[in-house]
Amino acid sequence: MGLSEKEKKKQEKALAKLRKRQSKINIEKLHVKKNKKRANGSTAGTVTIFIFLILLGIFMIFPLYYAILQSFKPIHELFVFPPKLYVLEPTLVNYESMFKIASSLWVPLSRYIFNSVFVTVVITISNMFVCCCAAFVLAKYRFPGSGAINKIIVTALLFTSNALWIMQFLVMATLGMIDTYWALILPSVAMPMNLFLMRQSISTIHDSMIEAARVDGAGIFRICWGIVIPNSKPAMMTLLIFAFQAAWAVQGGVLVYSEELKTLPTIMQQISASGIARQGVTFATAVLLMIPPLVVFMIAQGNVMETMANSGIKD
Amino acid sequence: MAKASAAGPLKNQGKFKYTLHMMRVNAGCYGMMAPFLILFTIFTIVPVIMSLPMGFTNFNMVQLPKFIGLSNFTTLFLNDDVFMIAVKNTLVMAIFTGPIGYVLSFFLAWLINEMHPVLKTIFTFVFYAPSMTPSVYVIWQLLFSGDTYGYFNAILMDLGILNAPIQWLTDTGYIFVVVLIVQMWISMGAGFLALRAGFQNIDKSMYEAGAIEGIKNRWQELFSITIPSMGPQLLFAAVLQISAAFTVGVVGQSLVGLPSTDYVAHTIMNHATDYGTIRYEMGYSCAICFVLFAAMLLVNKFINWLLAKYLD
Repeated sequence: MGLSEKEKKKQEKALAKLRKRQSKINIEKLHVKKNKKRANGSTAGTVTIFIFLILLGIFMIFPLYYAILQSFKPIHELFVFPPKLYVLEPTLVNYESMFKIASSLWVPLSRYIFNSVFVTVVITISNMFVCCCAAFVLAKYRFPGSGAINKIIVTALLFTSNALWIMQFLVMATLGMIDTYWALILPSVAMPMNLFLMRQSISTIHDSMIEAARVDGAGIFRICWGIVIPNSKPAMMTLLIFAFQAAWAVQGGVLVYSEELKTLPTIMQQISASGIARQGVTFATAVLLMIPPLVVFMIAQGNVMETMANSGIKD
Repeated sequence: MAKASAAGPLKNQGKFKYTLHMMRVNAGCYGMMAPFLILFTIFTIVPVIMSLPMGFTNFNMVQLPKFIGLSNFTTLFLNDDVFMIAVKNTLVMAIFTGPIGYVLSFFLAWLINEMHPVLKTIFTFVFYAPSMTPSVYVIWQLLFSGDTYGYFNAILMDLGILNAPIQWLTDTGYIFVVVLIVQMWISMGAGFLALRAGFQNIDKSMYEAGAIEGIKNRWQELFSITIPSMGPQLLFAAVLQISAAFTVGVVGQSLVGLPSTDYVAHTIMNHATDYGTIRYEMGYSCAICFVLFAAMLLVNKFINWLLAKYLD
């Protein structure tokens, strides 16, 4: 007994040692070694890189910061020369007057908000639904035409709605969709990028799971929504972000000319068109508009990184 | 997948019958694809393909399209001086937002990758935030405003560099640079995200092996390990960047107006918009779009070829 206990202790010790070493290899050795190497390379290099990153970061974030800042400045601080990069007496007066201005518009603000929320919700949900269904089939089944469709999707990543909208305008005019909610919603539903990301993510799921469900008698729709999609939460969150962003930025443009059908970005245009006197209000609107996508992104950032990791194009 | 094997014996009965059988077996697949395919066809495939035949017509949205042969294309390349300006501007902007933006976002992703997770998150947010903002141009409009309330004017005048405010958005000497800056600002976006994720994908043991093999500095590590193992991500980011690079102009349009003073910031997209929605010469506009699509496809093919050559 004594011997075996001793042996056990020995074993445990050895195991602990091994674990320690392994964790050292895993965590410290790799990183410390890399860090050391980096330091050896040049401390100056690291500092330069950091300065470069910070400068670029300032360039990227400054306009957003300035917009947020201006939206909280009272009128006497807005027009100080030269403009200050801080605010002494933050106020919500710009936000209040935004609602005041908006309520005196011909179409009430609530209608714009409704349009924006309605369009965003419908696009986001239908986009995710449609892309998931198609992505699942493309990732896991081979059928006549699947290869061609896959190729077309990869090519279609090139053609963003930026480049397409003039031709889309013609198509929609032919279909009689101009000046309806359809014109706002339908073009943003079938998004090649979302389909592509979802397909890449689903193809990493094991076939055995699908096979098991199939043997149990689940139909293709059930397999997709009961098994596969619940197992690709990160990808779903990513789709949510991209769909939401696209939907939230939807503007009528030339597709919609009735004021009652326009979305929130249009309001911002109207207010900003009134020029310098409403600078604070314009920024208040801009800030309100940029908050929803930023919040959605912050919540789901980790998931996005996980999904994008599978996004590579392989031929 | 698994269903395909059930059709084994049928394979001998001719390719057509086999295909038909497979289509029947996989009917569910087509059902699942249908909603996407229908919308995708209507709003992406038809617009892209239709741009060619429509480019051969004279169409003003009121009368029926009239076939006029190659006349749109010959006018475009031989007689349209503004189009040539647009091509030049698009190319210059595409070089900045395309290759330079691509390399820049690659390096950013690379630098950020070696940082502490918290810093990583912060920097990712900072660099991606601009591409999520729908109100881009309003912010820049006021930063570059032509009076002394515009931020840049005020700062430069306060420092004594300027005596009078500069009309950033209407002075032909500055418009192009301003649009370029804003374009760079928003073009980091999705390509940057894809690349950043690509770095996380790389097998850490590769670096260990590299260190043993005698890789000395991070540049060597970058070129012999990191880039070769990121091929697919590089391609994906390249596709996104090309598409962004060739469709520049949408932001500029709201920033400096359409057309901009003396067409100094006029891009191919702006040109198409001009003819499509202002002059209602749809046939001509379609011809412009088709040239743009063709150019994008060619560049995409070229990048594919280039990356494939380097990566294999």
